Amino acid sequence: MQFDSSTFDLRRLLGNSSSTQALGVWAALILLIVFALLRYDNFGSAYNIVSFLNYNSMFILIALGMCFVIMTGGIDLSVGSVAAFSSVIAAFLSEHGLEYALPGGILAGMVIGAINAFMIVAMRIPPFIATLASMLGAKGAALVISDAQTVSISWESNFTALGMGKLFDIIPWTILIVAVIAIIAWVVLEHTSLGRTVLAVGGGQEASQLMGLSVKRTTCIVYIFSGACAGLAGVFLASGFGAGQPLEGLGWELSAIASVVVGGTLLTGGMGSVPATIAGALLLGLLFNVLNFENGLGIISLSAHWQSVIRGAFLFVVILLQARMASKADLSLRRN
Amino acid sequence: MSDTNVAAETKQTARELMIPKFSFRKHGGLVALLIILAFNIAVTPNFLQMQTLFVNISQVATIAIVAVGMSLVIATGGIDLSVGAVMAVAGALAPIIFQSSLGVEYPVAGLVLSVLIPVLVAALCGLFNGTLVCVLKVQPIIATLILFISGRGIAMVMTNGQLQTFNMPSFSLLGTGKLLGFPFQGWLALGIAAVVAWIVGKTLFGRYLLAIGGNEKSAHLAGAPVRKVKIAAYVICGSLSGIAGLIVVAINSASDAARIGNLMELDAIAAAVVGGAVLSGGRAPIFGAVLGAMIIQLVKYTLLANGVADEVALIAKSMIIVAAVYIQQSRKE
Repeated sequence: MQFDSSTFDLRRLLGNSSSTQALGVWAALILLIVFALLRYDNFGSAYNIVSFLNYNSMFILIALGMCFVIMTGGIDLSVGSVAAFSSVIAAFLSEHGLEYALPGGILAGMVIGAINAFMIVAMRIPPFIATLASMLGAKGAALVISDAQTVSISWESNFTALGMGKLFDIIPWTILIVAVIAIIAWVVLEHTSLGRTVLAVGGGQEASQLMGLSVKRTTCIVYIFSGACAGLAGVFLASGFGAGQPLEGLGWELSAIASVVVGGTLLTGGMGSVPATIAGALLLGLLFNVLNFENGLGIISLSAHWQSVIRGAFLFVVILLQARMASKADLSLRRN
Repeated sequence: MSDTNVAAETKQTARELMIPKFSFRKHGGLVALLIILAFNIAVTPNFLQMQTLFVNISQVATIAIVAVGMSLVIATGGIDLSVGAVMAVAGALAPIIFQSSLGVEYPVAGLVLSVLIPVLVAALCGLFNGTLVCVLKVQPIIATLILFISGRGIAMVMTNGQLQTFNMPSFSLLGTGKLLGFPFQGWLALGIAAVVAWIVGKTLFGRYLLAIGGNEKSAHLAGAPVRKVKIAAYVICGSLSGIAGLIVVAINSASDAARIGNLMELDAIAAAVVGGAVLSGGRAPIFGAVLGAMIIQLVKYTLLANGVADEVALIAKSMIIVAAVYIQQSRKE
C-alpha cells in the first residue's frame, strides 16, 4: 500500500485506513447492534453489555497489538501462546498480590515480544516463521512451568480485583484499562512521529531506511508492544477466570488477525486504524453474542460446532467485500 | 529482470534443486538426520527394531504427504493454513460414506467412493483457497484462514462432534496394511513425493511454478499462466491433505473431527522450511520436505522415547525451525 492524498479528508477522523472499509465496519457494527436491540429484550441490559465488553477486552487488547505489527508489514502468530504463558506466570505470582502479578505477566509477554524482535531484526528470520516458532516455544514453556495443569490463583490476595473488580461497582477495570490503552495507541498512531514511522516502515522498509527512519527500532517496538498486550490479556485471563491457563489461547492469533482485517487493514502494511480494529474485534465478538441470543429465543438451535463455521463464513464475506473494493480502487487509479 | 534472465534462472534453479552438489549447508538437513539417528542408536533403548521403524514410518507419512503439498504452495510464495482442517473434513467424510446405506449395500463401491469423494472435496477446498488467492487477490494467509477457522467446524457439524468408530478392514488397510514388509502409507508418501518431484523438476508446470515463485510479474510477462499454475498448487496441496486425513482415520479405525490433523499446518510448514523451502517462494525441494518431515518426527520420537515431556518437544521443534531458517538466511546472503 502507498500513501495517498485521500488520507487527509474526513475519513481521517476514523483513522487513516484511507478507504471506505473503515466506514463499512462501523456501519456493519451499528446495524448489528440495532438489529439485536430490536430483536432481543435483554441485549441492551447493563449486564449483557458489561459482560460482553469484559470478555472481549482480552481480544481487543490482542487485536490492538496485532494491528501495529501488521501496519509495519509483519505478523505476530505468538499472541495466543503468550497470553497463556503470561496467565500462568501471573497465577504463580498472584499470592504476592496484583502489584507483582500484573507487571510480571506483562513483562513475560514483553520478553517473548523481545525474542520475536531479536529473531526478526537481528537474525533476519521472516516474521511469520519467527513468531510461529515463538508460538510453539511459549506454549511449550507455559506447559512446562505449569506441569500442563491449570494453575490456581491466590484468592486471598488482591489479584482478582483486576479481572473481577469494577469501578463504582459498574465498569469493570479491564474495560477501563483497554479503553485507556486504545486511546493512547490511537493518539500515538495518528499524532506522533512513532506512529508515522510505523506506517512508513509498512509502506516500504527500504524507503524508510533511506529516509533515515529507524526501521529496526520501530520493528522492535511494535513486537514488544504486541507481546505486552498479549501479556496483559493473559493477566486478565488469570484474574478474571481464576486460574492460569496454559491450554488457553489456541487460535487467538487468528481471531486477532481477523479483527484487524475486518477493520479494513491490509496485511501488506502501511495503513491501519485503531478505532476500526476495535470495531472489527467488537463485530466478531458481537456475532457470537447475537448467536447466543438467537439460540436463546429457541427458533433456531445451532450447536457450538456451527460457531466456527459461521465465523469463517463471515470472514469470507468481509474478504469478498474487501476484494471488490480493492479492485474498484485499482480501476479508478488506472483511469487517473 | 528481463524475460530471458528469468527463464535461464529458472532452468538453473530447477536443475540445482534436483541434483544438488554436496556442501554442508545444503545437506545440513541430511547431516542433522544422521546425527539424530546416531544419537538414537546410542541412547534410545530398542531403537534398532522393526517395530520402532514401523511406528515412525506410519507417523511420518502423513506429515510428509502434507509437507509435499505445502512445498508447492510455498514455492509460489504462498502458504496454506487450512491443511489440518481439510484433513479433518476428508477424514470425517470417509466413514460417513462407507457406513451409509449405499456403502453398506455395495461395499466395493462404498470403499471406492469413500476414498474418492473425500479427496475430491479436499481438492475443492484447495480450489477455493486458490481462487481466493489468484482471482480475488486475497493474501494467502487470510485466504486459507477462512477454511482453517471453518473447515474443522464443518467436519464437526458433519459428525455432530462425535467420535465415529468403525470396523472396515479394507479401508483400514490404507493405514495398517504392509507392502513388501513396510507400512503401506510409507510407500504412498514416497510415491507421491517422487511424482511431485518429477513434476517440479521435469515438466513445464514445474518450471512455471518456480518461475512464478521467483518473480511473479516477470513470469507473467514471460507468458507463464500464473493463475492456473498457482491455483493448481493449492488444489494439489488440498488433495494431498485429504489423502493424509484418510490415512489418519484408517490408522485409528476411528474418526475424531476435533483431532484429525490438529496443528498439522505447523508440522507441514516446519517440515517444508527445514527441508529448504523459502517462504518468499521460488524453491520447491520436494525430497527436502520429506527429509524435514523425518527430522521433525524423529526429534519428537527421540524426546518421547527418552522420557522428555511433550511440552519440551514443542520448544525443541520451535528451535529447529528457527535454526533451519537462520541457516538458509545466511546461505542467501
